Amino acid sequence: MNKTVNQKAWFLILPVLLLVAFSAVIPLMTVVNYSVQDTFGNNQFFWAGLEWFKEMLASERMWNALGRQIAFSSIILAIEIPLGVFVALNMPKKGFWASLCLVLMSLPLLIPWNVVGTIWQIFARVDIGLLGYTLAAIGIDYNYTQDFYAAWATVIVMDVWHWTSLVALLAYAGLQSIPDAYYQAAKIDQASRWKVFRFIELPKIMGVLMIAILLRFMDSFMIYTEPFVVTGGGPGNSTTFLSIDLVKMALGQFDLGPAAAFSIMYYLVILVVSYVFYTVMTNLDKRDGY
Amino acid sequence: MAKITLDNLAHSYLPNPKSEDDYALKELNHDWADGEAYALLGASGCGKSTLLNIISGLLHPSQGRILFNDRDVTMAPTTQRNIAQVFQFPVVYDTMTVRDNLAFPLRNRGADAAYVRDRVQQIAAMIGMEASLDRKARGLTADVKQKISLGRGMVREDVNALLFDEPLTVIDPHMKWELRTQLKSLHHEFGHTMIYVTHDQTEALTFADKVVVMFDGRVVQMGTPQELFETPEHTFVGYFIGSPGMNVLDAKVTGDTAVLAGTQISLGKGFGTPTGKTELGVRPEFTSLQAGNEGLPVTIKRVEDVGRHKIVRADFHGTEINIIAEEGVNISPDMNRVVFDTAGINIYEDSWRVAPLVA
Repeated sequence: MNKTVNQKAWFLILPVLLLVAFSAVIPLMTVVNYSVQDTFGNNQFFWAGLEWFKEMLASERMWNALGRQIAFSSIILAIEIPLGVFVALNMPKKGFWASLCLVLMSLPLLIPWNVVGTIWQIFARVDIGLLGYTLAAIGIDYNYTQDFYAAWATVIVMDVWHWTSLVALLAYAGLQSIPDAYYQAAKIDQASRWKVFRFIELPKIMGVLMIAILLRFMDSFMIYTEPFVVTGGGPGNSTTFLSIDLVKMALGQFDLGPAAAFSIMYYLVILVVSYVFYTVMTNLDKRDGY
Repeated sequence: MAKITLDNLAHSYLPNPKSEDDYALKELNHDWADGEAYALLGASGCGKSTLLNIISGLLHPSQGRILFNDRDVTMAPTTQRNIAQVFQFPVVYDTMTVRDNLAFPLRNRGADAAYVRDRVQQIAAMIGMEASLDRKARGLTADVKQKISLGRGMVREDVNALLFDEPLTVIDPHMKWELRTQLKSLHHEFGHTMIYVTHDQTEALTFADKVVVMFDGRVVQMGTPQELFETPEHTFVGYFIGSPGMNVLDAKVTGDTAVLAGTQISLGKGFGTPTGKTELGVRPEFTSLQAGNEGLPVTIKRVEDVGRHKIVRADFHGTEINIIAEEGVNISPDMNRVVFDTAGINIYEDSWRVAPLVA
């Protein structure tokens, strides 16, 4: 077949190009611009080179925030993924109860972030919150505004409450796509419940599970609103995650240069991790028998 | 190995079946003799798979009992029945190697490792997969996967019965023949009770000692391939078996004569006076075209030469009649009469065969 050469076709991608430029490229370049300059106010900027990047890489504050961020993401992934799969395995397969489960489980996903934060902020208060009051009443010393462990526990439980449904729904969709014949064959082969999970269910939901892990990683790594509303990053800096720290730096202290350098590195970390994940995922799909 | 008895068995997928139409499987009494190879033949949706799943315990019947060697297993779960079953679409454990796939049913039953190794090797040789035993099952083609499923079905030697649910649907024709032959030799060697579900008559007739024909949730006939061919008990068996199927014509039968659209023919045997909807069935193999005045006047529509013989498609007052003519026979324009060999004539009353009166 002969290909027609028509350079005018380039115009067809113009709308996309404009959209991407305004939504991603231009804002990102603004940040890049800030990250290599210094200012003394009056809108006067000076070239600073990689100075801010060096400063940030040497900053203990950033490394601490990164450490907390990694710990947070790891903990919630370690809880939400197995829990989500467990919930999906135990959900009804069809009928009224299946629909009811789906609706109830989607509810947390529909609540805006800051509302989730507010709900938990009040829920966990020792004086009027149902959770905080109950815990205090049964003699547990719980105060998320002052105690490090209580603050972390609250933030983690809140995230698990908010997002486990997403993992469960994805896993549930994966499980629903397994043909009945697999379960029947497993019965014929006298496979135990564990083996059915290990050799039928898990391999079949691996794909959606990878997507769930990726989504939850990205979202949790960028988390801002909920912990900001509940703990405000405290007590001390104990729940100050990367984005909370970034906002403090950029808007609280108005250190635009360091904050911009910080943003770029933050962005690169997420990009690299997501890329690695994506590569692993696609290789999983392509992996042949050997 | 076991004799399997179905006692008043029926199944409906509805919770409260009211009429007979609500039953996917209508009431059924049947014995599957120990060590025989059966084919369960019928069109899609006639209840074949339902019956198979009831035997293997994947489905519990709405009524009746199933007995293995006279022991009631109606409510016993699949794992207690010691049945092997191969499904229409391949089921393999993707993350396992081919070897582990084949060994899976044995290991789950705690078989000895040395025995498992030997047995897997034996089965691999049978399905021709020795070379790829250590390969992961992921990424294999559908027909190779189905061979693994078949292998997994055959790996246990002590099963009560081997059930096949249209297992060769996804296999290519050349391999189909080979696998079917292997299944048959396996049957000769070990004498398992085998039930083979299919909608393909060639498959059924070549595989089985006895063919069970199902129609609309009912077993309409069980017999050897020859019985199904010569004396179909139900017009469906006539249509379904044979290529082309039996010619079925409306007829008015009195004693040993039948009147078909005004033409009277002799039946050679007496059939009394059937009162219901009466039909005459005759296979194309028992018909011949002739010139002259004898037989039924027909209009020839077309002649298909299929190699071994010719199939003549003719029209008789709006009903198609198929006639098989020898390859050498020349079909001339004046051959416009069809004559039936009386040995091949069956009379049906309300679709069921009427036994001829012994003269």
